[in-house]
Amino acid sequence: MRVLMFGWEFPPHITGGLGTACFGMTKGLLKNGVEVLFVVPKAYGDESQEAVRLINASDVSIDIRKRENLEFWKKITYLEVNSNLVPYVGPEAFENLVETVELNETISESSIFSTQYSFSGKYGSNLIEEVSRYALVGAQIASESQFDLIHAHDWLTYPAGIAAKKASGKPLVVHIHATEFDRSGENVNQQVYDIERKGMEAADRVIAVSNLTRNIVIERYGINPSKVFTVHNAVEPVFREDDHVYEKQVREKIVTFLGRVTFQKGPEYFIEAAYKVYQRDKNVRFVMAGTGDLLEKMIRRVARLHMSSRFHFTGFLRGENVDRMFGLSDVYVMPSVSEPFGISPLEAMRSNVPVVISKQSGVAEVLQHALKVDFWDVDAMADAIFALLNYKSLSTTFSKYGASEVENLKWENAAKNIKSVYKQICHD
Amino acid sequence: MRSICLHFQIHQPFRLRTYRFFDIGSSHEYYDDYQNRSITKRVAERCYLPMNRLLLGLIKEYGADFKVSFSISGVAIDHLRIYAPEVIESFKTLAKTGNVEFLAETYAHSLASLNDTEEFKDQVDKHVQLMEELFGKHPTAFRNTEMIYSDEIGKKVLEMGFHVMLTEGAKHILGWKSPNFLYCSAANPKLKLLLRNFQLSDDIGFRYSNQNWNEWPLTAEKFAKWINTYQNQNVVNIFIDYETFGEHQWKESGIFDFMKALPKQVFAKTDFKFRTPSEIAEINQTISAISVPEPISWADEERDLTAWLGNEMQDEAFDNLYNLNDKIQRCNDPDIMQDWLYLQTSDHFYYMCTKWFSDGTVHKYFNPYSSPYEAFINYMNILSDFTIRVEEYIQQNSEEVPEQKVEGKEYSLLEPQRETDFDLIFTLSKKELKKALEKIDIKELAYSLYDKTEDILIDFKRKLPLTYKTQLEKLVSEIKRPRKTTIEGYRKKITSKLQSYFNLF
Repeated sequence: MRVLMFGWEFPPHITGGLGTACFGMTKGLLKNGVEVLFVVPKAYGDESQEAVRLINASDVSIDIRKRENLEFWKKITYLEVNSNLVPYVGPEAFENLVETVELNETISESSIFSTQYSFSGKYGSNLIEEVSRYALVGAQIASESQFDLIHAHDWLTYPAGIAAKKASGKPLVVHIHATEFDRSGENVNQQVYDIERKGMEAADRVIAVSNLTRNIVIERYGINPSKVFTVHNAVEPVFREDDHVYEKQVREKIVTFLGRVTFQKGPEYFIEAAYKVYQRDKNVRFVMAGTGDLLEKMIRRVARLHMSSRFHFTGFLRGENVDRMFGLSDVYVMPSVSEPFGISPLEAMRSNVPVVISKQSGVAEVLQHALKVDFWDVDAMADAIFALLNYKSLSTTFSKYGASEVENLKWENAAKNIKSVYKQICHD
Repeated sequence: MRSICLHFQIHQPFRLRTYRFFDIGSSHEYYDDYQNRSITKRVAERCYLPMNRLLLGLIKEYGADFKVSFSISGVAIDHLRIYAPEVIESFKTLAKTGNVEFLAETYAHSLASLNDTEEFKDQVDKHVQLMEELFGKHPTAFRNTEMIYSDEIGKKVLEMGFHVMLTEGAKHILGWKSPNFLYCSAANPKLKLLLRNFQLSDDIGFRYSNQNWNEWPLTAEKFAKWINTYQNQNVVNIFIDYETFGEHQWKESGIFDFMKALPKQVFAKTDFKFRTPSEIAEINQTISAISVPEPISWADEERDLTAWLGNEMQDEAFDNLYNLNDKIQRCNDPDIMQDWLYLQTSDHFYYMCTKWFSDGTVHKYFNPYSSPYEAFINYMNILSDFTIRVEEYIQQNSEEVPEQKVEGKEYSLLEPQRETDFDLIFTLSKKELKKALEKIDIKELAYSLYDKTEDILIDFKRKLPLTYKTQLEKLVSEIKRPRKTTIEGYRKKITSKLQSYFNLF
């Protein structure tokens, strides 16, 4: 079985959990005998190629002189116009093209137009634009490659997935790692929501990373439940060359929040719970690692609570610093308001750090050795933190069971479930 | 003289409310009154009352051939007193028939037998007194919490004056032996043991309404036939939770009809009679001794203590709790003493069991917490508050006593100072006294009490543990006209011991 997979990023060039998940998944699929052609908007050349053939969308030429190519344009144009989302694919080029195509085919054929689009691969201001161009490339790749089905990750790649489906006639699976409701609460971006819904509707199967997300797909996007399946994420085992022990520089215990400082991650609940703990237990420091649109508000709130000398903001951490942060932490808290899955508690547990996670996270569905609280229940959150700091055997027990529980969440198993979804729609 | 021993365990823990760490020091309300009330009322309605009526009917019908036994924890009685006093009345009615034996156990259905303190004996004393008070009889048989037993526990139980004890017929203890005989403890052969036939007990307790069980439906006729297959084996011990009837197995399953029909079928198909533990111990010869070096229980497949102790959380909670023991001995506050008992109830530790992560539907069923972690956190928060209370109490009370001494000196500098000092022994709380007695030679005490008036002694003796009291009385009666200086000498010795121990006179 061979899968054409559309992603947005791939390790080591990642900004969120999506790239890491895709990497683990492709490796897991390979172990299950599934071959993957992975397309990313921009390849840097140093990505891991161990499990996939990576295709750099920036390298794909779109020769619009070709007749078939024009048909993609039409299809894509059709898609775009119908959805009324993305008014153009390329800055000027697309507008021209649409016009040209509609006016007269012969004109376009006479114009010599071969181009490669360069993608930034970032979540930037001209994101919608890149998404659209990515769709074009998707169609082109689909027409040139051999595969059995298409698998697209998150809304950025859905137009590409849809285009590829139209170009090849192969079945499409869309994978929901997060929905617009998770990212923005009730203030959804209508454009993004519509792209998501189109993708889910066009798909033959929808895979959600948790039952929580599956319910959102069914209830908020009106997707037929019979085609929506939950496959929980997993984690890649890490083989650390040297098991570096980070030495703590402070006497106090450290409670950590690590993630984007945005609505979705619930940073304010962390601060309120921290305040309650601090009232009782002075032998503690809190760390908020990460950045985001709520950061300034959070700093102000901490100052107002007169906790600034014990509450630290580190900014965005990556790579080794993340490990170091876990190494220094006594408790990790993930108070997400809405977390489709949430991989970071698993990373903490792998470092033997006990975790408090919100019940509104997909990962709560698979973890037993974690304290689970409602994100809004700061009393319960504070209580959990306090207990982990003060009742020694609790963290001992977590260390004992936690790491092995995480080790058992293997991508190989998750990929098996993904493969069984594939099998429902394509018989090889 | 073949006997069936029907024994029912009755217990309800005081379930704890959600208690946050910021309640520590500010709220001393530990219990979930709503849950405790509604569960007790429900179980009284569904199980205790109808089942007591049923048993009373059977006793009236069959007379001396049908007897049963109960062990009711002190905390269960406390529940019933508050929420369903009519149940206590109905047990009293059963007691009056003379066909019902009530066994002794720890008041709090606790794990105190596993702890190296006097607490075990204290709690048994307290429970024995309660049973006497309610049912007018001094218990002679003993059933420890959840059938927990070991050679060492057996020794303590025998020392307390019980000659028969109930426990699990655990496979790993019995090996090829059958549980259907009267055994005795290898370490203390005077202690007779009745071993639970877990096969038959669980057929009723666990499997009765399980439709996937290949013996379903279980009828009284079938059950009597099974009993009859035990050729030449003369004691069949069926020990189950009383809540089996109507609560674990619903009324609709036919469990009451089964029980109602059982004696008739047994009498028709077998030569067994229903007898009580003490009776069985009396009329049977022990067939062999069994040795139990490590504690057993009736819980789970393992039949050991791992449902309550063994994981880090359970052990920490247990150690923290019993570390308070010495301080508790110095407390005389009724609220503190009550919470001390209720917090010892074994169920709190059961909820912290991590075994159910792999298997343990039973644990889940009886667990009000969604994870052992939550159970542990909640318990530790409460225990933290309780610890603070105990410490504050001791601090306050040790401050007051020296003041009294100063006052005393101001008002009287009379000669019989020393005598007054000794009299302080009569002001000690029961707990304090217990601790003090460990330091004091019983013979010296007997002399010291020689010329004390009867009304002082009555009050004093009430505070003594039963066995100690009898021994002391015996010694006092043996004393023949001691010299005044001898008495004073002993009093002086005891007084100085009390002073050094309590550090407050």
